[in-house]
Amino acid sequence: MHRGILASKEVFPYPDVLTLEQKETVDSMLDPFQRFFTEVNNAGRNDENSVVDDNTLKNLWELGGMGIQVPSEYGGLGMNNTQYARLCQIVGAHDLGLGIVLGAHQSIGFKGIMLYGTPEQKEKYLPKVASETVYAAFALTEPSSGSDANSIRSRAVKSADGKHYVLNGSKIWISNGGWAEVMTVFAQTEQLDKKTGQMKDKVTAFIVERAFGGVTSGQPEKKMGIKASNTAEVYFDNVKIPIENVLGKEGEGFKVAVNILNSGRFGMGATLSGTMKKCIEIATEHANNRVQFGQKIKTFGTIQEKLARMNILQYATESMAFMIAQNMDSGSQDYHLETAISKIYASECAWQVCDEAIQILGGMGFMRETGLERIMRDLRIFRIFEGTNEVLRLFVALSGVQYAGNHLKELQRAFKNPAANLGFIFKEASRRATSTIGLGGTDLSANVVPELQESAKKTAACIDLFGKTTEEVIMKYNKNIINEQIILNHLANAAIEIYAMMATLSRSTRSVQLNLPTAQHELNLTKALAIQGSERATLHLRKATSGQLKSENTLTSLISEKVCEENGVHSTDVIGLN
Amino acid sequence: MARVLVGVKRVIDYAVKVRVKPEKNGVVTQGVKHSMNPFDEIAVEEAVKLKEKKLATEVIAVSVGPTQSQEVIRTALAMGADRGVHVEVSAAEYELLQPLHVSKILAKLALDEKADLVILGKQAIDDDANQTAQMTAAVLDWPQGTFCNKIEKTDAGLTIVREVDGGLETIKTKTPAVLSADLRLNTPRYATLPNIMKAKKKPLKKVTPKDLGVDTTPRIEIVSVEDPPVRQAGAAVADVDALVAKLKAGGHV
Repeated sequence: MHRGILASKEVFPYPDVLTLEQKETVDSMLDPFQRFFTEVNNAGRNDENSVVDDNTLKNLWELGGMGIQVPSEYGGLGMNNTQYARLCQIVGAHDLGLGIVLGAHQSIGFKGIMLYGTPEQKEKYLPKVASETVYAAFALTEPSSGSDANSIRSRAVKSADGKHYVLNGSKIWISNGGWAEVMTVFAQTEQLDKKTGQMKDKVTAFIVERAFGGVTSGQPEKKMGIKASNTAEVYFDNVKIPIENVLGKEGEGFKVAVNILNSGRFGMGATLSGTMKKCIEIATEHANNRVQFGQKIKTFGTIQEKLARMNILQYATESMAFMIAQNMDSGSQDYHLETAISKIYASECAWQVCDEAIQILGGMGFMRETGLERIMRDLRIFRIFEGTNEVLRLFVALSGVQYAGNHLKELQRAFKNPAANLGFIFKEASRRATSTIGLGGTDLSANVVPELQESAKKTAACIDLFGKTTEEVIMKYNKNIINEQIILNHLANAAIEIYAMMATLSRSTRSVQLNLPTAQHELNLTKALAIQGSERATLHLRKATSGQLKSENTLTSLISEKVCEENGVHSTDVIGLN
Repeated sequence: MARVLVGVKRVIDYAVKVRVKPEKNGVVTQGVKHSMNPFDEIAVEEAVKLKEKKLATEVIAVSVGPTQSQEVIRTALAMGADRGVHVEVSAAEYELLQPLHVSKILAKLALDEKADLVILGKQAIDDDANQTAQMTAAVLDWPQGTFCNKIEKTDAGLTIVREVDGGLETIKTKTPAVLSADLRLNTPRYATLPNIMKAKKKPLKKVTPKDLGVDTTPRIEIVSVEDPPVRQAGAAVADVDALVAKLKAGGHV
């Protein structure tokens, strides 16, 4: 079992890290932030025009929305992760497209400078990107390098005098790529391998200014959603980068990239919990008023089931997101697994919630003026970008041991080339699985209020089954587990469900203890999730070791091989025509 | 003119559905969103505008109430006021605090701070009293311009357009004066987030009514707070005759 999920000190009790003053600060910002979105910004217009108008952007900069986490000495608001996450909820509720403009800028665009920048780099760039209307972007993806980020081809060559690098290459689908003046760019560089003494290609991160010359960008891409954001190709043609613009250590760019993405990912869960809230509001308003067959549709079990599930998923997503953000703020270094889970969960739950909201509204939901169709289009990308859910699932299944500081390096090396290193990873996983929890006996009862004992038991049973199943598949497949992505996915899905149940158990326990007016409802949400989530988790775990799985997988491979061979479906015309 | 004093009251947010406490001695305030009285926002905006037009040198935001009242002073500071004065009154005492008490406090502060102009919201959306500006002017014996729709500086003082029943009235007044802001005076800005951070560093002075020599002994007693009566269901009548008959029977015509 993952240590990450079992790190019960980070799950129970539900964190509450903000000081009273920090709470008051972010509280006082909610209103103006909200007012910007309702009075100045217009999500529908942004979507129609595929651009955010200058006045709105000007207002956004003045509002301080572009440097929320930049320390105040550099002209930002100095918000921590939790405060940022709370503001993200408002963004998510109103305009995901503008959210990308904001997020691509600060969550990944210049985040590298915050995390790895030298004092000089911070001094030079942070004030500009925090408040001086200089846009930032994060440039990693290339035509031939998506999920496999280590395979980028952009190359930077160090000059003979060692004073600068010359960068050549191209990047695609760069958010804010059309107008960013400051970019975090990743390129291959030749580095001396200390072990072998030979030169070897290693990724290095750079801060590249458009003003360096040789930086151009393509037309804005035409997209399915998040149209308000600018997405463009960026080309680098003999761009001369001063050596002091290397970000982090030379050759350690991959680590920089991964950590930027990991540290920004938490915001997505918070953002999407806001989006889900909005979808639920629209759906309930309709359900409360729409009459069919002489009855309000809210009285129908079908609608009730949808609304309840939507609320459960929103509650779990929000609980997870703020558990992670708060743990990050209290100094946790070990949140990569949790943020990956949160990203997968949030993006998929938001999709379901929006989809069901549309279904509840029926034909009205399909109409543009309701606003849900835009949200649905905007949401689609969240399962793809910042690490596809598929890659993150493998990461979740494989990264249970990526925690101890001294193991980090070995693991990162291993992760650069997962295929060759999985043996190592799983040897570790199995060792830790047996040593940390052994077989059975997970007990969460002390962590939850009496009302939730039954739910805690269900969750604990899933954890035990997870541990047992993990061991079983490791023993069965050993090194070859790498070829068993379907099993890994089942494990990941179970881990995600378990984490969601834990997050809600923890949060609602706190709500009961604080005697919050919403405690009873939160208990209901938690209990329902424990029933539904444990069923799903158990099913996934059973499938991972089921005797039928092998024949199912064989069929799966046969079918998909044939489909690929035929470039499509393979069956004779259904009514015998040619 | 030099100095503008603006009153800001912390009230239950306009979007909140107000509920009466089961004991019927007030409304539920615990866990309820509060914000600055909307008319006071307009007053702050006007004061800040005067400052931006260089017609005022300093804007002082004043709130009378329990500790939480400081939240709305901070909001005023974030909108552009220069400093704040919090006149602290305990929550229990605040329940029975009346416009007369508040006007005496404001009047005293106006003199202490050497204000040339006091701008208040025309009324607060919680008690809807619409008395404080008028009473403050009376206590100070200053001219008053209530329900302002437009405020302009003229050589002799101020030209004020007032909202009155059936139209607008233009008056001229000398300063110092007390003004009250009506809905259409301006559209208040929202505080930007950097200004919220900066507002934390602006001075906020705390005083008590006693410091100001104002007696806040309650002059009223709350007997009962009731929900508005629920509207009775209507009924359809067959024709005009039936309607008239019903109205007559009900004593309406």
